[in-house]
Amino acid sequence: MTTAPAEAGWRFRQPSVIPGFGVTLGFSLTYLTLIILIPLSGLVWHTAALGWADFWAIATDRRTIKALQVSFGTAFVAAAVNVVFGTLVAWVLVRYRFPGRRILDAMVDLPFALPTAVAGIALTSLYAPKGWVGSLLAPLGIKVAYTPLGIVIALIFVGLPFVVRTVQPIIEEIDREVEEAAATLGANRFQTISRVLLPGLTPAIVTGFALAFARGVGEYGSVIFIAGNLPYVSEIAPLLIVIRLEEFHYAAATGIATIMLAISFLMLLVINLIQSWSRKRYG
Amino acid sequence: MTQFRPRFLLAGLLAGAVQFGILGFAFADTTILNVSYDPTRELYKDYNAAFAKHWKAETGETVTIQASHGGSGKQARAVIDGLNADVVTLALESDIDAIADKTKKIAPDWRGKLPNNSSPYTSTIVFLVRKGNPKDIKDWGDLVKDDLQVITPNPKTSGGARWNYLAAWAWAHSQFGGDEAKIKDYIASLYKHVPVLDTGARGATVTFAERGLGDVLLAWENEAYLALDEFGADQFDIVIPPSSILAEPPVAVVDGNVDAKGTRKVAEAYLGYLYSEEGQRIAAKHHYRPSKPELVPAEDLKKLPELKLVSIDDPIFGGWKKVQPEHFGDGGIFDQLYKPGQ
Amino acid sequence: MVDLSYTAAADTSPASTVSATTEGRTTRWALLALALVFLAVFLLLPLVLVFAEAFKRGWAPYFDTIIDPDTISAIRLTLLVAAIAVPLNLVFGVAAAWAIAKFEFKGKAFLTTLIDLPFSVSPVISGLVYVLLFGANSVLGPWLKSYGIEILFAVPGIVLATIFVTFPFVARELIPLMQEQGTGDEEAALSLGANGWQTFWYVTLPNIKWGLLYGVLLCNARAMGEFGAVSVVSGHIRGLTNTMPLHVEILYNEYNAVGAFAVASLLAGLALVTLVLKTILEIRYGHAIAASRGH
Repeated sequence: MTTAPAEAGWRFRQPSVIPGFGVTLGFSLTYLTLIILIPLSGLVWHTAALGWADFWAIATDRRTIKALQVSFGTAFVAAAVNVVFGTLVAWVLVRYRFPGRRILDAMVDLPFALPTAVAGIALTSLYAPKGWVGSLLAPLGIKVAYTPLGIVIALIFVGLPFVVRTVQPIIEEIDREVEEAAATLGANRFQTISRVLLPGLTPAIVTGFALAFARGVGEYGSVIFIAGNLPYVSEIAPLLIVIRLEEFHYAAATGIATIMLAISFLMLLVINLIQSWSRKRYG
Repeated sequence: MTQFRPRFLLAGLLAGAVQFGILGFAFADTTILNVSYDPTRELYKDYNAAFAKHWKAETGETVTIQASHGGSGKQARAVIDGLNADVVTLALESDIDAIADKTKKIAPDWRGKLPNNSSPYTSTIVFLVRKGNPKDIKDWGDLVKDDLQVITPNPKTSGGARWNYLAAWAWAHSQFGGDEAKIKDYIASLYKHVPVLDTGARGATVTFAERGLGDVLLAWENEAYLALDEFGADQFDIVIPPSSILAEPPVAVVDGNVDAKGTRKVAEAYLGYLYSEEGQRIAAKHHYRPSKPELVPAEDLKKLPELKLVSIDDPIFGGWKKVQPEHFGDGGIFDQLYKPGQ
Repeated sequence: MVDLSYTAAADTSPASTVSATTEGRTTRWALLALALVFLAVFLLLPLVLVFAEAFKRGWAPYFDTIIDPDTISAIRLTLLVAAIAVPLNLVFGVAAAWAIAKFEFKGKAFLTTLIDLPFSVSPVISGLVYVLLFGANSVLGPWLKSYGIEILFAVPGIVLATIFVTFPFVARELIPLMQEQGTGDEEAALSLGANGWQTFWYVTLPNIKWGLLYGVLLCNARAMGEFGAVSVVSGHIRGLTNTMPLHVEILYNEYNAVGAFAVASLLAGLALVTLVLKTILEIRYGHAIAASRGH
């Protein structure tokens, strides 16, 4: 068992009687390095070999920017929709009793468990002009499949459980007495929810939003089938990476990948900061 | 608290591991890998069986042919990154050139090693339209009519799509007497009629046939016939335009890989047999145009009508080595012309 | 039978429709209906469609697809990949959760972020990094090949990409759980003379088993269903490097919609089994889960 030398004033870790720190952290770091860090640093290294000017040319290419806009824009809309409906679903699942609640609760995890390619093909079949839903929307002039709206639909599917599963446990933990107190003090139901309950839920909702958003930005399997893949219109950034690869344009592929990687890393860091902040505040 | 029995979990995992571990892969005497493009699946399914039989009769050896299909560019990329292909049978000369350039595993003069520029079969680009041709599409000029939607894949990723583009270019070149500005206007306007840009020829066919999008699909001739077979001849008609492109999908042995694996003999025989009577008949059966039509019964050739075909080596194009960077390279003519949403 | 005691605080008695701590009856019905419609359209419909399409032409074509040798080898490969990736990530998840949840050390938030990274890295990038690492133009690829070791376009590459993608599932499930549980139980066991291993085996493991199982189930489902990353490293060789999701795409591209949805229905069935197992666990051991969640 290794322990960091206890220097005065600065400790790598706080002392604890529990054993196994060295072994578990050592193993975790080794595995993490082998599986995640070395491959990812290979990517960064390849991009670094490009030089700043080439990288900048790739990053500011109109098609790259459009693809990133499509990815981030659709992921944002989908995550926003999921925040509203995900919170609603979580609320209904925790607070209401109705037949089939268990089944519904289990179903929320379906997008976690269903392969994305299967989801993509199924959603395309549903929303294509000849599909079950598409044929209902077509007379109204609404096109879903092969438009950015189709991407949003796929990302709503993919991201829903992230919001529900982050918000649900927090709603379960809400102390009823808080609501009762608010009611006693003369708040109506709407005030209780908006002034008392929602602020407590906000960190969880933000985390769920960020997780769904981050996942949506990178999603590939379910999107390519339904997107239409028109450059500048419905071409997502991961697809552009694949296309650049197929054009033997490795530099562009790694360049775009690095940009996306940096953004995902930043987003996760923010999520974790929110979480540790809210744990300190509400924990 | 209930006593947790981790042994169950462990036993389950072990049983699983053992069960899957013993299911190894059985290999035949010799195995070769043919890395091909999308629309050749059915062709090579038949041909692989025929060749294995022929090889067994000829040498007594059992050969297993593995097949990998996908967009031509994606497949070339995989070979460049180390996919262990013995032979490549791709949609475009430039894809095999890319492998030769980047890996040196294929000799630069590969195109001269087999007859007919190493293309055992050729094809062309035709129109697949809805039954009865309601939009009355007969020639390339009709594709830019108002309210018409054209389905064609992305020329940057699909080999077939590049042939589509070049066929349209060839028509416009003769139509406008070589006036480059007018040709480019036509091409730009053609791609404004494209609502979905699939990454591969197969995806485009599914979009048109199964999803019901678009009025006309620009397709490989063989792919158009296959769509009739698969989705029913009562749904679509094939329209043969008066002129089109001579598409030559080439084949090559990946020298670097066959020498490392010791499979050169069978790999060369595999490609050579494509030019045999049986190989040519299988190609014709799957609606490819055999490079040696004299070996194929006349009735099999009937459904492949005569039309004016422009070759890639025609002076208006000047061969793949010129066309690839000029039209499809980064910032090339296609990139300049394709500007949707503007 | 089903004991809902831990959530029974919810007010369900129809008499008290007007209450300050719950919504009015109309509002409740409206919210419930809205949630149900949303879930039906976005979750149930795609699932129903998969099975409807798979059995569109009856049982015979369905079984023809399933017993096709290419399908069977895809199923076999998928099981093999999951059988390697899941246990590895399980061991990692437990070790990482132990280090992170039971100790306070510098850089913990950073480490947690790194563990989460594969969640938000595009699957395409996950595949791409292994192409860069082991491709023919890399340093490592040709060197390994000279010893006859194939990574890319072979089973090891598919396994690596799958491990990458499913990396955080178990750890992510365990870290918050173990953080909530604190270190009291372990400290008590240690003070009673148990060694570290015994403490983990008899104290910690029983506390986290449901979270662990849940993480393993999700990890397994994702491992079997991964498409994007595997697609980049697979090489798509029929009967050799095609996993089930890739086989779905291939069948779909061969105009064999029934076949594609038949294989898809197997994967969807797997997803359903995963969800049913998880729900049974929760119902049967509701108390234990509530206990391990709450205290």
